[in-house]
Amino acid sequence: MSLLILAATLLLLTLAGYYMGRGRSVAVSQGVTHRLHSRPQYYGVYVALWCGMPSFLLLALWLALEPQIVEMILVSNLPASILDLNPDQRGLIVNQITSLALGGIVGGNITPEIEAAARDYAGMRQTGFAAMAVLVLCIAIFGLALGRKQIATTLRARNRVETIVSAVMIVASTIAIATTIGIVLSLLFEASRFFTKIPVTDFLFGLQWSPQTALREGQVGGSGAFGMLPLFAGTLLITFIAMCVAVPVGLYSAIYMSEYAGPKMRAIAKPILEVLAGIPTVVYGFFAALTVAPFFRNTGDALSLDVSSESALAAGIVIGIMSIPFVSSLSDDVMNSVPQTLRDGAFALGATKSETIKQVVLPAALPGIVGSVLLAVSRAIGETMIVVMAAGLAANLTVNPLEAVTTVTVQIVTLLVGDQEFDSAKTLSAFALGLMLFVVTLTLNVIALRVVRKYREKYD
Amino acid sequence: MTETSASAAPIQRPDLSGARLKRRYAAEARFRLYGLIAVFAAIGTLVLLLTSIISNGYTAFAQHHIALEVTFDEAEIDPTGEREYNVLRRANYQGIARASLRGSFPDVTERRAKRALVGLMSGSADQTLRDIVLANPDVIGTTQTVWVKASDDLDSFMKGHISRDVPESDRRIKDRDIGWIDQLIADERIESQFNTTFFTAGDSREPEQAGIWGATVGSFLMLFVTLVLSFPIGVLSAIYLEEFAPKNRWTDLIEVNINNLAAVPSIVFGLLGLAVFLNFFGLPRSAPLVGGMVLALMTLPTIIIAARAALKAVPPSIREAALGVGASKLQAVTHHVLPLAMPGILTGTILGAAQALGETAPLLMIGMVAFIVDIPGGFTDSATALPVQIYLWADSPERAFVEKTSAAIMVLLAFLVVMNAVAVLLRKRFERRW
Amino acid sequence: MAMAAENLVDENPNIAEHKIIARDVSVYYGEAQALKSVALDIGRNQVTSLIGPSGCGKSTFLRCLNRMNDVIDGCRVVGDITLDGEDIYDPKLDVVQLRARVGMVFQKPNPFPKSIYDNIAYGPRIHGLGEAKADTDEIVERSLTRAGLWKEVKDRLDKPGTGLSGGQQQRLCIARAIAVNPEVILMDEPCSALDPIATARIEELIDELRENFTIVIVTHSMQQAARVSQRTAFFHLGDLVECGDTQQLFTNPNDERTQGYITGRFG
Repeated sequence: MSLLILAATLLLLTLAGYYMGRGRSVAVSQGVTHRLHSRPQYYGVYVALWCGMPSFLLLALWLALEPQIVEMILVSNLPASILDLNPDQRGLIVNQITSLALGGIVGGNITPEIEAAARDYAGMRQTGFAAMAVLVLCIAIFGLALGRKQIATTLRARNRVETIVSAVMIVASTIAIATTIGIVLSLLFEASRFFTKIPVTDFLFGLQWSPQTALREGQVGGSGAFGMLPLFAGTLLITFIAMCVAVPVGLYSAIYMSEYAGPKMRAIAKPILEVLAGIPTVVYGFFAALTVAPFFRNTGDALSLDVSSESALAAGIVIGIMSIPFVSSLSDDVMNSVPQTLRDGAFALGATKSETIKQVVLPAALPGIVGSVLLAVSRAIGETMIVVMAAGLAANLTVNPLEAVTTVTVQIVTLLVGDQEFDSAKTLSAFALGLMLFVVTLTLNVIALRVVRKYREKYD
Repeated sequence: MTETSASAAPIQRPDLSGARLKRRYAAEARFRLYGLIAVFAAIGTLVLLLTSIISNGYTAFAQHHIALEVTFDEAEIDPTGEREYNVLRRANYQGIARASLRGSFPDVTERRAKRALVGLMSGSADQTLRDIVLANPDVIGTTQTVWVKASDDLDSFMKGHISRDVPESDRRIKDRDIGWIDQLIADERIESQFNTTFFTAGDSREPEQAGIWGATVGSFLMLFVTLVLSFPIGVLSAIYLEEFAPKNRWTDLIEVNINNLAAVPSIVFGLLGLAVFLNFFGLPRSAPLVGGMVLALMTLPTIIIAARAALKAVPPSIREAALGVGASKLQAVTHHVLPLAMPGILTGTILGAAQALGETAPLLMIGMVAFIVDIPGGFTDSATALPVQIYLWADSPERAFVEKTSAAIMVLLAFLVVMNAVAVLLRKRFERRW
Repeated sequence: MAMAAENLVDENPNIAEHKIIARDVSVYYGEAQALKSVALDIGRNQVTSLIGPSGCGKSTFLRCLNRMNDVIDGCRVVGDITLDGEDIYDPKLDVVQLRARVGMVFQKPNPFPKSIYDNIAYGPRIHGLGEAKADTDEIVERSLTRAGLWKEVKDRLDKPGTGLSGGQQQRLCIARAIAVNPEVILMDEPCSALDPIATARIEELIDELRENFTIVIVTHSMQQAARVSQRTAFFHLGDLVECGDTQQLFTNPNDERTQGYITGRFG
């Protein structure tokens, strides 16, 4: 809470800087503001930037780094009896100390050393915060004074402000890149730690997936197998079923919407189709588990077929329904951008509408349609909630859609939800799976976007 | 033109016989029908989905209550008679509630039967009584009719989710319970009331005490963080890429990267949040702050793409006009282009926010699946979100959570409908054709 | 207009002599009237050219003749147009059948994104001409030969039609139109996107095609009209101003608007 007060104080100071800068500039121009290089508000913004930017940057930096630094000091001050423990146990004790210091409820036995360390730790955090507050406020006030002092009629405030704004914009636009790099690095880093425990080849080509690792050395039945193939097979099976629904329905709807439907029908039906894309996936997952899966199981019972209640069919079909709008809206766009002259050419030969569509419009739009289907495939592969709620957990290597299969995303969720120690192969394997998922979907996206882009260039 | 000698061949005119045309038109009608079927299949599934949710969920907005004749015995509640807050708070209200219900059925004497009878009443009955006493200590010493919540089983039974026709061993309400319930109904002591708890409470293990307020607050705290981060960053980068950036490899890379980022599976963003925000920066688990940061990264591409489209739609003549009167490039953008593009940018932002509000998978990765009863009070408190709450309830075995889940979905969809409607209105109201 | 029409068209047009007879044709795009009560006869095995400044309605009129205007939303055609005495706006008439008889070549070459062979074979296939492969081969060769393109493309029939040069693409489109063997070919400024050499090839081609087809060509070039057509109609602001023998129209026009246009005072 006190952090909020500090931030609010900084904001107020910045605001004060704006008014001071503006007032000062009017004063130095002796009221004749056109003698200034820039309009007065630019001087205001200039002073405000001097006041706010360095202090907020420092605040953010401090907040990001302080816990690490304090923890390092904490560890270096720990008594030797604790330092000699193995890293896992040491980490546990450090966790105990920090949560004790922050007033949390701590399990396990609390020794006097731990209590002392916790007191130290709490003290350090408090001193740290106080130091930060003082430092940040000093810098803000110093910046304010410095900015205000520079104001003169010749100060090119506008140009300087614009330079800063441009720099901020460039930084903002690199955040997207930073995100990608962050994803790649964090996945690579964690996955490489996994591969030091499990060989890469075992992971890539193994046919067994049962991520049980021994909690104690020599525990029975905890050998663990980390072969990802059954997971990818399950993912592909479900994706295939989904595309069997999404591609025909999506494509035929797109054809109907772009070639046959009148403006009225389009105006009503198109938004309804788009609603399908706006429904959260958790809702689809609930629908799959509550309505679709039991329906298939009961139908199977009636036909004396053995349908699992977590069948790949149910999950696949619901993912397919979810993907309909991805296929239909992009295909619709693509078909609309096929030039009318091509249709005219076919009509002028005496082709019927369906002949024109099948033989001229679709072949012309094919690259774009392929792109839209690839994007839908990539979505289906990465879809999580529907399969978590409606697909199974057991890794079966099967192509029977009536059986339960599991997917990559389901396993990531089951591995990481709930309490896990962070260094076990079991937990780290989730990152290896995430890396594979990212690589596969990224490849599909890159191909799809490229195909669509090429297509656009052709007709634009 | 020696080639034209070929034209001497007899001319064969097109086959326009009725039979062939009929066949072609049949194919045409068939093709058109497939399209129509596809459109109606898509709309049909949407209708099916919504009906299945609504028909399962609308009952959750009501809750059955049982009327108790409660004697607020002073000796039991406040033996000292000083009406001291802590004494009043700690009295054995559960015993009072149970005694009141048992009092209505004096012939129930067997221990197990007594326990089953008390089970018809929600575990929250004692809270109801305590609240009454604390609000008005004068009731002590009187006998009042108090409506307390029925248990989830009784509620489900009254709503018809548990049928009398099912064999006794297969249902949670036994024949003996039904006898009691029938007696209560005959005495007009069971009543369906609007379920305010559902909108005001946090999560609970007991379906009749569970509510979505905690999850709603969590969702909106998160959405606030998301928007505070992604809107300025998104708009700034869109302005830079659209108005200032030189066309070179670096900006090409950014562009490709943004398009790809928009299609990265959401769970991967969750992994990023887990590895970077939680494990590297040591931010708290289950906090709306972290959830909002992860969702901000996810929404960013959506906002950038929408904002760029909106900026692109402003014709260059506007920029030229501003530059022509001596405005700097930044002034031209901030004074003229940005205000004109703002409705489009806001529309895109709202749609991105709606997407973020419905997102579940990345939140599972950063520990927002914890069971949290309290209403979160700040950005670093443990919290859950509406879609995660739906996921948690969907996983619960109790029959009564099915209707709660569906009702929570209805609430979530209502939020999304409102947000999308605002976006559509914004677009309609400010749409400009150049 | 009524007076002008009187001396231009026969009261009782002769079906034997005229392939298409249009009477009182008006076209509306929404509220705007694009064509005002036009009456025009198209002679059999003749080339008729429609000239006039842009926006005068000549292309609109052309698109009425095979009902390509049906494709445009909000376009309404009133009046009578007959093809060999049959009303082509009869609701019972089938547009597919009509367009098989009245082919069209467009302003911009629009080959389908298929191979050269498939571009030509497409029309015959949908109309059941030459079901066998050998028949189709023959039709493709004959059409390309007639369009003067055979020699240039015979070695690359399986290459996409979009890979040809502009002039070749347009001849491909003409070959595609004549592959169906329609009775009438409508050409909407077929040379406007082409260079002079390609234009000359196409003009030659039009002259040769006259033997078997009735041709109507819209052109913005008066020289082209003079070179290829026997009869010329001059449109201005949606009116058909004058129609007659090409020679006579260019040397001795009846109407001063025609005079003004051909002498280049406006256009």
